[in-house]
Amino acid sequence: MEYMNKTIDEIRKALDSKEITSEELFVEAKEKALKYQSTYNSFVTILEDYQNEKINTTVLSGIPYALKDNFSTTGILTTASSNILKDYVPIYDATAYKKLKEAGAILVGKTVLDELAMGGTGTTGHTGVVRNPWDKNRLIGGSSAGSAASVALGIVPFALGSDTGDSIRKPAAFGGVVGFKPTYGRISRFGLFAFASSLDHVGCFTRSVKDAAYVTDILKGKDEHDMTSLNDDGKAYSETLNNDITGRKLFYIKEACNLELYKNSNDPELLETLNKFQETIAKAKEIGFEVEEVEFGKDLLEALYPTYMSISCAEATSNYANLTGIQFGVRGVGKSIEDIMFDARTKGFSELIKRRFILGSYILQRENQEKLFKNAGRIRRMIVNRMNELFKTYDGLLMPASGGIAPKFGETSDQLSDRYLILENHLVIGNFGGFPSITIPSGFVNEMPISVNITGRVMEDDVVLNMANKLEEALGYKGLVKEEQ
Amino acid sequence: MYDVVIGLEVHCELKSNSKNFSGATNGYCEQPNTQVSPIDLGLPGIMPFVNKEAVKKAVKVAKALNCKVPSRMIFDRKNYFYPDLPKGYQITQVTEPVGQNGYVMIEVDGEIKKILIHDTHLEEDTANMEHMSNYSLINYNRCGVPLLETVTEPCMSSSKEAIAFLETYRTILLYLGVSDARADQGQIRCDVNISLKPKNSEKLGVRTEMKNINSFANVKIAIESEIRRQEEILSNGGIIEQETRRYDEVNDCTHLMRSKEDAIDYKYFIEPNIPPIPLTSDFLEEIEKEIPTLRYDRIVKYKDEYKLTEVEANTLTREKEISDYFEACINLGINYKTAANWITGPIISYLNKEEVPIDNIYLTPALLKELITMQEDGRISSKQAREVLEKVLEDKKPPVQVVDELGIKQIGDDNTIREIVIRLLDEHNDLVEDYKKGKNVFNFFVGSVMKETKGQANPAMTAKIVKEEIEKR
Repeated sequence: MEYMNKTIDEIRKALDSKEITSEELFVEAKEKALKYQSTYNSFVTILEDYQNEKINTTVLSGIPYALKDNFSTTGILTTASSNILKDYVPIYDATAYKKLKEAGAILVGKTVLDELAMGGTGTTGHTGVVRNPWDKNRLIGGSSAGSAASVALGIVPFALGSDTGDSIRKPAAFGGVVGFKPTYGRISRFGLFAFASSLDHVGCFTRSVKDAAYVTDILKGKDEHDMTSLNDDGKAYSETLNNDITGRKLFYIKEACNLELYKNSNDPELLETLNKFQETIAKAKEIGFEVEEVEFGKDLLEALYPTYMSISCAEATSNYANLTGIQFGVRGVGKSIEDIMFDARTKGFSELIKRRFILGSYILQRENQEKLFKNAGRIRRMIVNRMNELFKTYDGLLMPASGGIAPKFGETSDQLSDRYLILENHLVIGNFGGFPSITIPSGFVNEMPISVNITGRVMEDDVVLNMANKLEEALGYKGLVKEEQ
Repeated sequence: MYDVVIGLEVHCELKSNSKNFSGATNGYCEQPNTQVSPIDLGLPGIMPFVNKEAVKKAVKVAKALNCKVPSRMIFDRKNYFYPDLPKGYQITQVTEPVGQNGYVMIEVDGEIKKILIHDTHLEEDTANMEHMSNYSLINYNRCGVPLLETVTEPCMSSSKEAIAFLETYRTILLYLGVSDARADQGQIRCDVNISLKPKNSEKLGVRTEMKNINSFANVKIAIESEIRRQEEILSNGGIIEQETRRYDEVNDCTHLMRSKEDAIDYKYFIEPNIPPIPLTSDFLEEIEKEIPTLRYDRIVKYKDEYKLTEVEANTLTREKEISDYFEACINLGINYKTAANWITGPIISYLNKEEVPIDNIYLTPALLKELITMQEDGRISSKQAREVLEKVLEDKKPPVQVVDELGIKQIGDDNTIREIVIRLLDEHNDLVEDYKKGKNVFNFFVGSVMKETKGQANPAMTAKIVKEEIEKR
């Protein structure tokens, strides 16, 4: 009998009825993790021993999970999948990790990410590429690649990730699992290795919306270590999932989803994905949602990617300026302090990271700041304002999470086509505005999972989860797992 | 000849229980790297949380410097790579400093001058580094300590004015109780900008900057040394390069650190981890109430209202505690001049000798009043009062008890003194004759009475009785 491929509710029941112990669950998770490791490479670290100091009555007590390797964990190697941190063992706990520990959840391992969470492919971690459970020749997406894969493979029922542009919701989509990032500040970021502080979110991967609500209920709340964290709203998201959604209004973006735009496209996966999206809309309407097509503004949509790159690279150069190998991390060699830091950073980062740092540094330079950095901030504000305007009418934005299925390794993308400029980048809107945003599986194209995303108003995490739960019920892909035959 | 233009940037560590953005202790500690948290070390994932006490103190200084205080507190990142700054950036204020466009009055050679304050802003201190021949040591105890930087306009024209400003500023910090401002512990440090321009010219010359001068004495010497250097260059037809220089104490000269071309672009941007902190009018009012009358205003009051001398006013206000003590005496009804005399005289010399603060001495203003009253009532002489004061301070006993124990009892009884005076006059008829011829013999008779009474006769009363009795002869 296996448990790790089940939902939290089911595992909870088995634990409560003493059908299985928490330690047995850990062993199952660990063995699966080890078994899949050589093929899929989800983990940087798989823990040896079962450790649980706090069995208690929370819903997550005794349940194994995986943590992205950019959360600070005392005494446990935390590399952010970067060579410069390949031996770094933290001395303090991230708040999210601490809360899970206190809730009695059992850590199984630390998962691979794109180096320093800067990337969307899951191919840039220092321990190698993460493979998609549904097709080994395809990537899973990133940056929370290992967390997505470990949940998709049924190694653990949930995993934590971080989301700066779409780093939870995109790999969730490619892996056929649920990926949720709540409102900015809902979950403390303290101890999450900062990439772009104004865009970073903590969130989770699960195999049902209800499980995402369970995990968020445990993690949310004010943290004195994170001044941007929100006061607890006093709600239990897992208890309002079945509220009536009749009359809830959703919109989707015409400039990205209208089939007319792609008349001349020779990308059958894209067309099938968009057709399936129309089917999803039909199902949503069947259960009581109103869904409308809205013209968002093409200029704003085309600005999404450059705006994101400007802000995230700029903040990243500053956030990762602590990686010098002086206080911690791999020490460089050289005659002067400057040489030592230069050497550590030259050897410690991959080319991609260096490129982004140079870009960020350029954007922040005194002579460029006004034009590049501050304008990016202004455009971000315009995009958020546009969303808030639409949120006066609509309860949420419903979109395909991606314009297709997970790409094969080495597949090149046409970065300037509408598909790549808008359909692959709209999830960042959720980060610009700190909106709660969830991705759920919505079907298959070429035997690979595709997903839809719902993004709602700030603070209305409960509404977003409620809408997603109802849609999940209608779509019928709850509990999706890809296990190797 | 040239006009000298000086601007100052003064860094001062603020007192607080914990550091500016972490929970680590803020305090001087001999043992290196014992007051450090993961936040101070810039470990991955750390986030700052703002110390409210430090904000309060920064606002207090801003208000005391007559600055405009914004309605919210925001912070910026100053980015540069150096191991004394483990995060790779310093959290500071550039966009909206806590204090803007203020001024402070200083006095130089009896002249009052207004020094303009460009801004004052709250930031964090860096770690200490000690460079050895082939390695360096880092002490993070200081890293993250709340640091207030006050920047003046380039408006001073001599080292004297610069020092007067620094002294005044330091006194303000001490009066506000926001810092111990001890230069010997590196709590107050100074950057100096200097430029020279042809006499009475409107246009400012090219300035050089000297960084991190650690004592006021060195500021004076460094300024004078740099003025000499610039004068020499200019009078030889040379030009001054905009650059940062380091003052070399040993050789009393300045050395080039980096030129303008190498100036660092700090790539400032707003710290995204600290949401704007509103400074409400209630909060600001509350802080304003806590600001005591500052030294400058006290000096004016002591001179104009209490009619004290310049020297007295200056001495009494050098330390806020002494000035507060003086004012407590005034509130108890002690005469201004009397209180000033006691404090600037015997009390301050006792403080200096024993190296104790005035708050720690046994003699409270109330006890001082007790002593002064005894003297005014004629129970003790002024000479005795000085003796009693010393005993009070040493033995920690109230003046009344000391007077009893010393057996000092002034004879204030008319008859007792009169009896002695009459006898003495009888014995020294020759002197009475001298008196009638116009000689001054009072001192002899008064002195003899004091001798006979072992100094216990009230001198004023004795003199009066001698005069009465001698007139009768």
